[in-house]
Amino acid sequence: MTGYIIRRCVAAVIIAIGVAAVSYALLNFAGGSPVYAALGTHANPKAVAQWNRVHGFDKPLIVQIGNYVWNAVQLKFGYSYKQGQSVAALLDENAGRTAYLSGSALVLALIIALPLGIAQAVKRNSVSDYAATAITFTLYSMPAFFLGLILIQFFALDLHIFPPLVSSNVTSVWASFTHPAQLTLPIVTLAALTVAGFSRYMRSSALDALAQDYIRLARAKGLSERVVLARHLVRNACLPMITLVGLAIPGLLAGNIITETLYNYPGLGLLFYNALQGLDYPVLLAYTLIGGVLTVTGNLVADIAVAAADPRIRLG
Amino acid sequence: MEGVPPFGSPNIPTTAPEGGEVALITSGWRLAAHEFFSNRLAVVGLGIIVFFIVFCFLGPIVYPTNQTLTQPLLSDMAPAAAHLLGTDDNGFDEFGRLMVCGQTALEIGFFAAFMATVIGTLYGALAGLVGGIVDAVLMRFVDILLSIPLLFIVLILATRYHATLISQSLIIGLFSWQAPSRLVRGEVLTLRVRDFVTAARIMGGTRRRLILRHLIPNALSVVIVNITFLIADSILLIAYLGFLGFGLAYPTASWGDMLGNAQDAVSSGYWWLVYPVGACLVLVVMACNLVGDALRDAFDVRLRKR
Repeated sequence: MTGYIIRRCVAAVIIAIGVAAVSYALLNFAGGSPVYAALGTHANPKAVAQWNRVHGFDKPLIVQIGNYVWNAVQLKFGYSYKQGQSVAALLDENAGRTAYLSGSALVLALIIALPLGIAQAVKRNSVSDYAATAITFTLYSMPAFFLGLILIQFFALDLHIFPPLVSSNVTSVWASFTHPAQLTLPIVTLAALTVAGFSRYMRSSALDALAQDYIRLARAKGLSERVVLARHLVRNACLPMITLVGLAIPGLLAGNIITETLYNYPGLGLLFYNALQGLDYPVLLAYTLIGGVLTVTGNLVADIAVAAADPRIRLG
Repeated sequence: MEGVPPFGSPNIPTTAPEGGEVALITSGWRLAAHEFFSNRLAVVGLGIIVFFIVFCFLGPIVYPTNQTLTQPLLSDMAPAAAHLLGTDDNGFDEFGRLMVCGQTALEIGFFAAFMATVIGTLYGALAGLVGGIVDAVLMRFVDILLSIPLLFIVLILATRYHATLISQSLIIGLFSWQAPSRLVRGEVLTLRVRDFVTAARIMGGTRRRLILRHLIPNALSVVIVNITFLIADSILLIAYLGFLGFGLAYPTASWGDMLGNAQDAVSSGYWWLVYPVGACLVLVVMACNLVGDALRDAFDVRLRKR
């Protein structure tokens, strides 16, 4: 087990470095150095060359990547000339709000999807199962912003229950927390899309578990159906969900860009969107790298958690 | 479908010998096709896809509309007899626009999925067949690409390229082949050591015959299933690009670009600019997912009704 964890961690570090290299190469390909952001679009070539030399952008790509990774390890992500702030400060400022949005959405999605999937599996092929499948399948096939627009139309413009955009007064995580109405629609939008994937997976996982001998044994020895489901089914059916929560991170990151843009909620997603509009490459690179590292970490934690939780997985 | 009786169905007089039903010899593909078409949802999904292909590519012939010349006097009109789904802010007929923009959305989706599948199949087959250190390096590269959310990659590249039908398909296709490559590699690895491959080799089958007659046909099913999901994902992805303002350059547009302005349309109450196009997107993506799910079940021998 220890050997397995060490091997997985080493692989994860290598992949994370690879993520940094690929992101850097990609950004380099798309835009090159942030020199024009620093000196203005009409800077003279001599000044550009001088600036590039001072900031190390004239070195071979592989050296630049090495420098970038080394700085990134020390949490130095460069400077956003467009916004006149260091990228680390920008990330730090927005990370909390995004974490709150994604975290709430993930928790809400799990609270809905786990019981829903199990209920669907227990009552499989009933009318309610088909109805739930139809709804989750539609959500699964829906672009996030379209769902968001429907929610805005219905709950904000028609019923006036929630605001269509997050108020600009909501600047801190605490404000988000104390003004739940402001964040309800963004959280629901993000959660609904996550529920779609989770509940489908949960249903099939619970169906697999229901067909196992230990469920038959539990029933045969006379346990009540409630105990069979609560003790034997839920625990086993939830096991594969650990992996899925780890795999949900890229979807949440992409969902953040869409949701935060749609509701104008100032988080990392909106920061990324604005950086795209302004071609603010240091910010784009930093968030892409962070997204990649989060994904790698999510997979790593999920793999280790599954190995730890499931005694059937014996890894040397 | 009536022509193909189900495997081992009771109305065929067979004297099933020990070891299963051998009386009826049907190829695996015909069995899969039978399984697929007996799945009602799959037929519905396929029907929706065929409907939208006909609607988008043949529709403009039946319902010709002006989609090139802006007509400010006709902008944002509510649905009426002259314009079945009203007009948008440029005065384009919305119903006709659904067809034209649907063409681009479908073309990009199919083209990107096809390209990703070709790249992924070759990459995965290479990794699986060569094995060893080459395999390890190739697959670590796939791990790296899989760790960066696709939307990020596509958005970053979209800032550089003037978005056209070709460039968008290329960008999406070039960065979404990771899943098929993993699937094909896995298939090749398990198929190589299967008994029927060994048997074919013992019987003197050449390497060419092994690959063409045994490895490819058996690995093909996972690839075909994956194509449908790739199409669905690609169509969703270009919708996201359109919404975030990195859609196709005017005057071409896809469904995502049409929905890009939907936020303003919702607050102005122009529902016809939002819900029809959104419904088209959801229906096509859902149909692709339905077909994909059904194909996966159809190819899965263990799920087959005996």
